[in-house]
Amino acid sequence: MSVLVYTESEQGKFKKNALEVASYASAVAKMMGTTVTAIAFNTTEGESLGEYGVSKVMNVKDGSLETFNAGAFAASIAEAVKSTDAKVVILSSSTDTKYLAPLLAAKLSAGYAPNVVQAPDSTSPFMVKRTAFSNKGFAHTQIDTDIKIVGVSNNAFGAHENKTAISVEEISGAADAATNDTKSVEIDKVVGKATIADADIVVSAGRGMKGPENWGMIEELADILGAATACSKPVSDLGWRPHGEHVGQTGKPVASNLYIAIGISGAIQHLAGVSASKTKVVINNDPEAPFFKAADYGIVGDAFEVVPQLIEKLKDFKAQNG
Amino acid sequence: MKILVCISNVPDTTSKINFTDGDTKFDTNGVQFVINPNDEFGLTRAMWFKEKQGATVHIATVGGPTVEPTMRKALAIGADEAFRINTEPTDGFSVAQQLAEVVKNGGYDLVIGGRESIDYNGGMVPGILASLTNMNFINSCINLDIDGNNVTAFREIDGGKEKLSSSLPLVVGGQKGLVEESDLRIPNMRGIMMARKKSLSVLEPVDAIKATEDKKFDKPASKGQVKLADSVDQLIDLLHNEAKVI
Repeated sequence: MSVLVYTESEQGKFKKNALEVASYASAVAKMMGTTVTAIAFNTTEGESLGEYGVSKVMNVKDGSLETFNAGAFAASIAEAVKSTDAKVVILSSSTDTKYLAPLLAAKLSAGYAPNVVQAPDSTSPFMVKRTAFSNKGFAHTQIDTDIKIVGVSNNAFGAHENKTAISVEEISGAADAATNDTKSVEIDKVVGKATIADADIVVSAGRGMKGPENWGMIEELADILGAATACSKPVSDLGWRPHGEHVGQTGKPVASNLYIAIGISGAIQHLAGVSASKTKVVINNDPEAPFFKAADYGIVGDAFEVVPQLIEKLKDFKAQNG
Repeated sequence: MKILVCISNVPDTTSKINFTDGDTKFDTNGVQFVINPNDEFGLTRAMWFKEKQGATVHIATVGGPTVEPTMRKALAIGADEAFRINTEPTDGFSVAQQLAEVVKNGGYDLVIGGRESIDYNGGMVPGILASLTNMNFINSCINLDIDGNNVTAFREIDGGKEKLSSSLPLVVGGQKGLVEESDLRIPNMRGIMMARKKSLSVLEPVDAIKATEDKKFDKPASKGQVKLADSVDQLIDLLHNEAKVI
């Protein structure tokens, strides 16, 4: 019996959340008195997981699985669960893992709890705390099945070093991987920029920016901070920014360390989407904007005056602080 | 083409969330219930297929009689027929099993559910349903076109989008983007009158595995008062020295 963790990678390199879920799996294994096995696909850096408490990596070496395929990945992970007799499976809560986790749950007849924000309350019974009601509340969810699947929220647990002796084994993809004829045709993705899902800092703007032509300064601010850009629902509805940047109850949830909201008044649906962020900063010319009640820090002022100043001052700050 | 849209009955997005019975149940007192927004995008896309490609659209909901006003709204928007599975929804796994029975008996080409409900946010019903019915599955779908048996879709990925090809029968976990917000429909009087005459069948539930149980709820800790900076310099200082986030 072991804990199995699925560590996501891209072009052979682990994503940031891989180290976080490995750390989470290590914490769960410690609670259960067992070890952690990781499954990865075509990674070139399996041994690095030894720094985060993983004692064995099953690296699926299969050229046909270079691109994410939910059905095929779920089939391979299910086989790894069986071969390691894993009772707990840990994954991230990325868009891809939220695609494959239900398929895996069905294959294993396993209960699945997504958006988990801390180590289990207990492992017998197995109880986890997860966000519910679109971040307006938390549920303490008991998983009652023999095999349990846990989706860890991004940035909720952090990566914790815990050096362990590690072995890496190369394996083949599952034989029944082609049960689903859904195939990737083309990926259109911004390369080299932080995404909302895993960014430490998110710079978000709303209708207060008055038009899409004014987004240059938002992107410049984000570049200086190494941040992802996001927007409020009205902005994506107006077509000023793509749907993928819409943060809120019906858009993306944000769980960054710093969320900067510029010209966003703070509708309840938007606040739900950002409440998991640790530090929230609001820049708005209306001191009565509801967002100020949910924020940690703020400046009451015109975004068109404050943001350019912030850009210049942050350039100086970065120059001095590296 | 025969389409089933799975509808979840959820608190309106503006609802304040409270819990009752020693924080073990969601407090429905004073809460307005609506069609889950992610399902509504799917329902509207299904209406598009009905009008442009001659599809038949059914809806299914798991729940007691209190969900019927939400189902009638979906019928008023244009769905042809409805099925209510007469049991309280508990976890996503058991809900998917109930819906799978409707899918198996109905011979649907396309099943659309929301990527997640905005209440319990389990996000697993469409995927488990696809597995239980041996149908293809696309999650977080933001664009869907069907030509004969061939499906072209886009799904959201972290940092962009992915174009996919697939075939029917297919289950879709849908969201905003399947249609634009401005395309969502408000039922008109004629639709409301017609909905009263449409079939809303009540089906008894099948035995299902309950895989998870929400034992207790709590709310985020209340925030302290916002600290307003007088200048950009002060804000940077606070973020660096106090919050330690830059």
